[in-house]
Amino acid sequence: MKEIRIHGRGGQGSVTAAEMLSVAAFEDGKFSQAFPAFGVERRGAPVQAFTRINNNPIRLRSQVYTPDYVIVQDATLLETVDVASGVKDDGIIIVNTTEKPESLKLNTKARVMTVDATKVAMDIIGVPIVNTVLLGAFAGATGEINVESIQHAIRARFPGKVGEKNANAIQKAYNLIRGEEA
Amino acid sequence: MIDPAYRKKMVVVEGSYAVAHSAKVCRPNVISAYPITPQTHIVEDLSQFIADGEIPNCEYINVEAEFSAISALIGASAVGARTYSATTSQGLLLMHEALFNTSGMRLPVIMTVANRAVGAPINIWNDHQDAISQRDTGWIQLYAEDVQEACDTLPQLYKIAEDNEVMLPGMACMDGFILSHVYEPVVLLEQELTDDFLPSFQPENVLDPEDPKTFGAFAAPDTYEEFRYLQEQAMQKALPKIEAVAKEFEEVFGRYHGGLIDGYMLDDAEIIVMSMGSILGTIKNVVDEYRAKGEKIGVLKVRSFRPFPKEQICKAVKNAHAVVVLDKNISIGTNEGALFTETKSCLYNSKVRVPVIGYTVGHGGRDIPVESIAKVIEETKKVAKSGITVESQFLDLKEESL
Repeated sequence: MKEIRIHGRGGQGSVTAAEMLSVAAFEDGKFSQAFPAFGVERRGAPVQAFTRINNNPIRLRSQVYTPDYVIVQDATLLETVDVASGVKDDGIIIVNTTEKPESLKLNTKARVMTVDATKVAMDIIGVPIVNTVLLGAFAGATGEINVESIQHAIRARFPGKVGEKNANAIQKAYNLIRGEEA
Repeated sequence: MIDPAYRKKMVVVEGSYAVAHSAKVCRPNVISAYPITPQTHIVEDLSQFIADGEIPNCEYINVEAEFSAISALIGASAVGARTYSATTSQGLLLMHEALFNTSGMRLPVIMTVANRAVGAPINIWNDHQDAISQRDTGWIQLYAEDVQEACDTLPQLYKIAEDNEVMLPGMACMDGFILSHVYEPVVLLEQELTDDFLPSFQPENVLDPEDPKTFGAFAAPDTYEEFRYLQEQAMQKALPKIEAVAKEFEEVFGRYHGGLIDGYMLDDAEIIVMSMGSILGTIKNVVDEYRAKGEKIGVLKVRSFRPFPKEQICKAVKNAHAVVVLDKNISIGTNEGALFTETKSCLYNSKVRVPVIGYTVGHGGRDIPVESIAKVIEETKKVAKSGITVESQFLDLKEESL
């Protein structure tokens, strides 16, 4: 089983990202579970959401303590939230930032990868909403999920132009993190 | 592994949506509810269905509070309408007085309870204190382990509750947030299959100006006791119906979540972990690890808390060396959870002699990690070997905060 933790701020769509990831994983032939860090959500406050992906149906209901992967939507969170908490040594942390991974100085043995998702979102979608973009980066970085499945899930959730733009942005982030595009 | 053809029917949706969909296909005539976290998404989805014209012959009554919601449904049910509501926590507590009326008037109102802690201190997270505190109101209470079961319980509950020999209201309990807000693969109940499974509501007695009757009228000491007796009889008659309806459901839908109880690795189990609701999934994962090491641990799921399946519980635990009961509630003043107390009580006059210990767990949404379940199992193994030292206690208490 793979566990993913998504860090964001209230209003950035962390829960939607976790949910889209679970929809895409199921479409990929896996079983999945997505849930928010249940709380009293407020716009701008740090929030977390989780996805589990497994080959078999998922019965586990406890919180995620040792994620395989972490996605950070907003690099300003690094100042106040320990995004590397509990991440497995062979895990991956993906951060939306213009910085290089080593300059983030995260206290972890996991691999840290960065992508300027905000730029991708501004260039292609036209708004600084990076939740879907980072799922493209996740697919590219981890290989846990087909990028087409994510694009399909996003198109189904946001039909028409919005979904199309998001699908393109997802592809761009996928390519960027794989070094297939600059 | 899940059959690929069955998998094709599954979709990943939020638990609340799946439950609202399930309520919809049960063809309610009147829905009344007041939004309260974490139940809100259920009633939002239902009002969307109503606005979209997706529930024929159904009225959604907006109310100013939960007391009015249940009161509206009492009236609606008395004229023969199939009724639905959903609530939680303080909302359910606010209904308390009318819950007795619903059952006393023998009205099969059905509601989903997205179980949540009760205040003070205010807390919006999951435990079972809200529903357990309604245990004497005369409502059937079934607890769901996952989203699919929370959905599947609704048509089952209507069928049980509306049976002319039962005629009692019912709560379909699901863990707030843990199940109401999770996205996971489920089969949304098919309208056609639900219509095959669940006949329309045909009560023997209804309020009708052409044939006047009185519901919930004055009952003096010479008659009141018999009303109470008949309520209890109806609850007893619900016991076999819950089993039978679960099997009928399986025949139509191909899914079975247990009748009154359900066992997991139970047949040869020396240590049995008993509980209700979504925590059972986590427990089963831990039990799998013990089984892989050759240790005979099993799980007893209690699906029906009311009526309480005494006979089935006694039979299920009779060969165990020790039993541990995990309760997401506490009766303050006994230091015990309700399932623990009642399990001990039903064993006392039986021939079954097995030590039983209890833990009250997950208060106000305190997470229950696999390590804590393993800790509980280790303690129960000690009880099997050398007897009880602590009968009932809190799990994962933070001593440093006291």
